[in-house]
Amino acid sequence: MTLQKVKGTPVALEGDRAVAEAMRQMNPDVVAAYPITPQTEIVMRFSDFVASGEVETEFIPVESEHASMSACIGACAAGGRVQTASAGAGIALMWEVLWVASGSRLPIVMHVVNRSLSAPLNIHCDHSDSMGMRDAGWIQLYDEDVQEVYDNAIQVVRIAEHPDVLLPALHALDGFILGHSVERLELLPDEAVQEFIGTYTSAYPLLDVDHPVTYGPMDLQDYFFEHKRQQAEAMVHALDVVAQVGDEYGQLTGRYHGLIEGYRLEDADYVTVALGSTVGTAKTAVDQMRDEGIKVGLLKVRCFRPFPATAVARALGDKKAIAVLDRSLSFGAQVNPLCLEVIAALSTHGFAPKLVNYVYGLGGRDTVPAQICDIYQELIRIDSDGITGPILRYVAVRD
Amino acid sequence: MACDPANTISISSLLKVKGWREIPIGGIIIDAGNSEEYQTGGWRSFRPIWDESKCNNCKVCWIYCPDGSIRVRDGVVAGIDLNYCKGCGICAKECPQGAIEMVEEYKAEEKVRQ
Repeated sequence: MTLQKVKGTPVALEGDRAVAEAMRQMNPDVVAAYPITPQTEIVMRFSDFVASGEVETEFIPVESEHASMSACIGACAAGGRVQTASAGAGIALMWEVLWVASGSRLPIVMHVVNRSLSAPLNIHCDHSDSMGMRDAGWIQLYDEDVQEVYDNAIQVVRIAEHPDVLLPALHALDGFILGHSVERLELLPDEAVQEFIGTYTSAYPLLDVDHPVTYGPMDLQDYFFEHKRQQAEAMVHALDVVAQVGDEYGQLTGRYHGLIEGYRLEDADYVTVALGSTVGTAKTAVDQMRDEGIKVGLLKVRCFRPFPATAVARALGDKKAIAVLDRSLSFGAQVNPLCLEVIAALSTHGFAPKLVNYVYGLGGRDTVPAQICDIYQELIRIDSDGITGPILRYVAVRD
Repeated sequence: MACDPANTISISSLLKVKGWREIPIGGIIIDAGNSEEYQTGGWRSFRPIWDESKCNNCKVCWIYCPDGSIRVRDGVVAGIDLNYCKGCGICAKECPQGAIEMVEEYKAEEKVRQ
């Protein structure tokens, strides 16, 4: 399908409001959500749209996040297009039913505003929440800036509902850093959004009484494993679908989003790998160091689940030294979630560049370009000394 | 010789099961009423033995059976459907005539022959 480019309207919005705007334009059948910092403004704004009649959505103000995901599961099984939003502890409370959504192959969309997990209590950004659900069978995209928050919010619907996929999908925006920061972005006209996402027709709607179906039956030793194998295959298909939907969205908007994105990467010797808003910070660091004539580059991972291993390995295989930046800490692991995937991708494609893993920004700790410049300097040292040193490192933690 | 393929019993050789490409996604059941295909008689450790000579066709067993395993033909009790009977013993407990006896499964075959 080739799409005609549409003129956008420039606006200034916080990430949360950009999500609410996208939701208004998409007009889902059902939204069941519980407000939690830093996602609250999404639910607040969207419930305004419901109250003022700007959407036809059935809005279910539930009593908890376990209830919100459960209501989404019921509504999606019934045949509806369903969305929710959450963060941090809310996602932790959903954990059980996140697996029911994916295991029942329900293309629910969740807008995740990343927040750390207690204790100690913290409302600010890290990726412990979405990385904590990385094995739950959900497609995961990460947003770099508020424009991409809006763009991904729309694209995940198409990705989740694709007949070769039929998996729940989330896109994650960094809490406060994107969620509460005003940036300039372009909104599509309402009709263009509606045309892009089309209508959702469930293959097995529970409310079709002429074709009765059962969701969530007992599934024991003889078939459970086969159903898990199907889910694994759907994730493989999702790699193509994420790329294809990104291409179509690019035709519509001029903004092309792939599985990964290189920034001054091709001729770079020293590379950082990141996802989320830190990609933007790292681009500034790359530009500063390039001005000094140092060949540094950046790999942004937009799609973390499914993980685009071949593309990542091709992009990184010939580099002199790599630092993978993780905004979550897997206690007791050798390296953290993004790094683990990068190492596995390189290793299975026959590459073994020097590589280290930096944990940064836990609990909303600011990450600034100077820290990333320091990481590039360390990569240069590793390359010249030939000694990698400890693989697991921490950015800006006081001794 | 547990590793000798001749000695290995795969689950798919025991059950007529389908591969992952052949079944509906998500464990969704799309043909209503197919629980009939799932024979649960294998769960049973006690088997009800029905004595036709003591039975007066009151059908109390049919009323109480939680599964529907009491076979009735033309209004007359016709035996027990062992493909689905899980051996709970409620029929034997409730039968006013004492016409149903619960027998351990491994002894049941012998009992039937007597």
